[in-house]
Amino acid sequence: MTQPAHDKIISARGLRKTYGGLKAVDGIDFAVQAQECIGILGPNGAGKTTTIKMLSCFLEPSGGILEVLGRDASAAPRFIKRHIGVCPQEDNLDPDLSVAENLRVFARYFDIVGGEARGRAEELLHFMGLHAKRAARIDELSGGMKRRLMIARSLINRPRLLILDEPTTGLDPQSRHQIWERLHRLKSEGTTILLTTHYMDEAAHLCGRLIIMDHGKVVVEGAPKDLVREHIGASVIEVSAAGDGARRFAEEKGLLHEKTSTHLYIHGAEAASLWPEAVRQFGEERCILRMANLEDVFLKLTGRALRDE
Amino acid sequence: MIMKAILKNCSWRAWRVWQRNFDVYRQTWKINFIPPLLEPLLYLLAFGVGLGSLVKDVQFEGAAVPYLTFIAPGLVATAIMNHGFFETTYASFVRMYYQKTFAAILSTPLSLEDVILGEIAWGATKSLFAGAIMLAIAVAWGLIPLAAALAILPVAFLAGLAFSGLGMCFTAVVKNIEMFNFPVFLFITPMFLFSGVFFPLTSLPGWAQHLANALPLTFLVSAVRGLALGKFHSLQAFQLIGLLAIAVVCTYLGIAGMKKRMLR
Ligand SMILES: Nc1ncnc2c1ncn2[C@@H]1O[C@H](COP(=O)(O)OP(=O)(O)O)[C@@H](O)[C@H]1O
Ligand SMILES: [Mg+2]
Repeated sequence: MTQPAHDKIISARGLRKTYGGLKAVDGIDFAVQAQECIGILGPNGAGKTTTIKMLSCFLEPSGGILEVLGRDASAAPRFIKRHIGVCPQEDNLDPDLSVAENLRVFARYFDIVGGEARGRAEELLHFMGLHAKRAARIDELSGGMKRRLMIARSLINRPRLLILDEPTTGLDPQSRHQIWERLHRLKSEGTTILLTTHYMDEAAHLCGRLIIMDHGKVVVEGAPKDLVREHIGASVIEVSAAGDGARRFAEEKGLLHEKTSTHLYIHGAEAASLWPEAVRQFGEERCILRMANLEDVFLKLTGRALRDE
Repeated sequence: MIMKAILKNCSWRAWRVWQRNFDVYRQTWKINFIPPLLEPLLYLLAFGVGLGSLVKDVQFEGAAVPYLTFIAPGLVATAIMNHGFFETTYASFVRMYYQKTFAAILSTPLSLEDVILGEIAWGATKSLFAGAIMLAIAVAWGLIPLAAALAILPVAFLAGLAFSGLGMCFTAVVKNIEMFNFPVFLFITPMFLFSGVFFPLTSLPGWAQHLANALPLTFLVSAVRGLALGKFHSLQAFQLIGLLAIAVVCTYLGIAGMKKRMLR
């Protein structure tokens, strides 16, 4: 809270991680300033989780420079881990302990004990809306509750940097919004947040800046609105049941576009002004005019091929 | 290189892991106490009372010792081995692999070295508990003097470190939990049968005696029996040093193996 706002919280240069021959993270550069909320997007296997594991000192980088909170990640893991909070992609709550005990035992790893630990646990149970479940066993919790408890646990040491790997994947809209609300409150209290997500609305809603990764590399970086404006434009026309005629239409007019097996997407600044012509050409029932969004950027830059190896 | 890094990352924070396991143990302590309590009673009944009525006194260091008195220290030693070894194999594997407890702890100031040290210290504590329960029964039964039983307690912890460390070495390399059947079948069971628990090793042929004398459980049976029957000589002192060496080497190998497994 005392550091000036321009403080560098994370600084990565040429950061790499290889598993055998596989380059999971292949030389990425990025920086995170204090009180930022930054999102990492990318298809499955892009290297998001590996990046996060290096940031949280779980894995040693194979190369490059990584500083977290001003310290080298390989040299000062204990210091860094003491001051950050990590919510990994997979829940790893302790099934041998109750909800409240999970927090109390976790606090003890940070040397927070006794009344202070109990107080902190109570506070976080209230904050995350889990107080009614404080005595429950972990396997009695719903997916959303487990995720909220994971986030509560990652806040136990009042971290300066909170790292969340897919915090809301698989949750219902209610749970997601509840988590978003809590993250907004943490942001307003000055916590720096780095998160990964597959939900474009989540990224746009929470993050001031985004990094899109693919194949272990940073593809693009910028504010959500800027990315949409630069790479897609203001609006998109979607034409359904689009065949070769649609492709020719776009090519002859020299439009920024994307053609899939079923759809034509017309991007670019002139998309909106083309609307009447598109309707004449393809018929109103096959055309949709909508605002451009992050998903358009994401699919344009990372392609449409499935990644699940 | 590796050794320096491991030493640098070991700290008192291992204690936090021990505390976590102890907290869980306390929640279910009534259930946790039943097996180590029943086990020795069953053994004493079967081997001592049942078999013992057929077996004459055993010659031990020139004295005739009743069979039950002879095997009681061996059964104490077996309990110490089993509870340490099973804690850092099956129980640690469940925490590491299924519950991801180790991974969770690694996002706190603890290092993996701390986690493994804490697990091994906890395994040794389980050995100590099991040994203590067994000794209490043996003392109550009049098989081991109280003073000797108290002297055996630190030995139980030391040997617990050795067998827990040994277990951790297997946990670092097994692919799945079923694979623990191999060390149990090839290692633990033969030791139980051929480390002098039930008969003096001098009844074995010479080559077998040499083999048996190298078994870690032989060291422990001999040391515990020496203390229990008032025949603790320099051989037994060396055997304790041997157990200490096993503890140190296996803890190191267990940590190195776990680092390879979890942090590659
Ligand atoms: N422990 C590992 N061993 C080998 N390969 C791995 C390991 N962890 C991740 N990978 C591989 O590294 C790449 C990046 O994975 P990951 O960082 O989990 O991606 P993301 O989180 O973006 O989906 C993938 O190809 C994945 O299969
Ligand atoms: Mg991931």
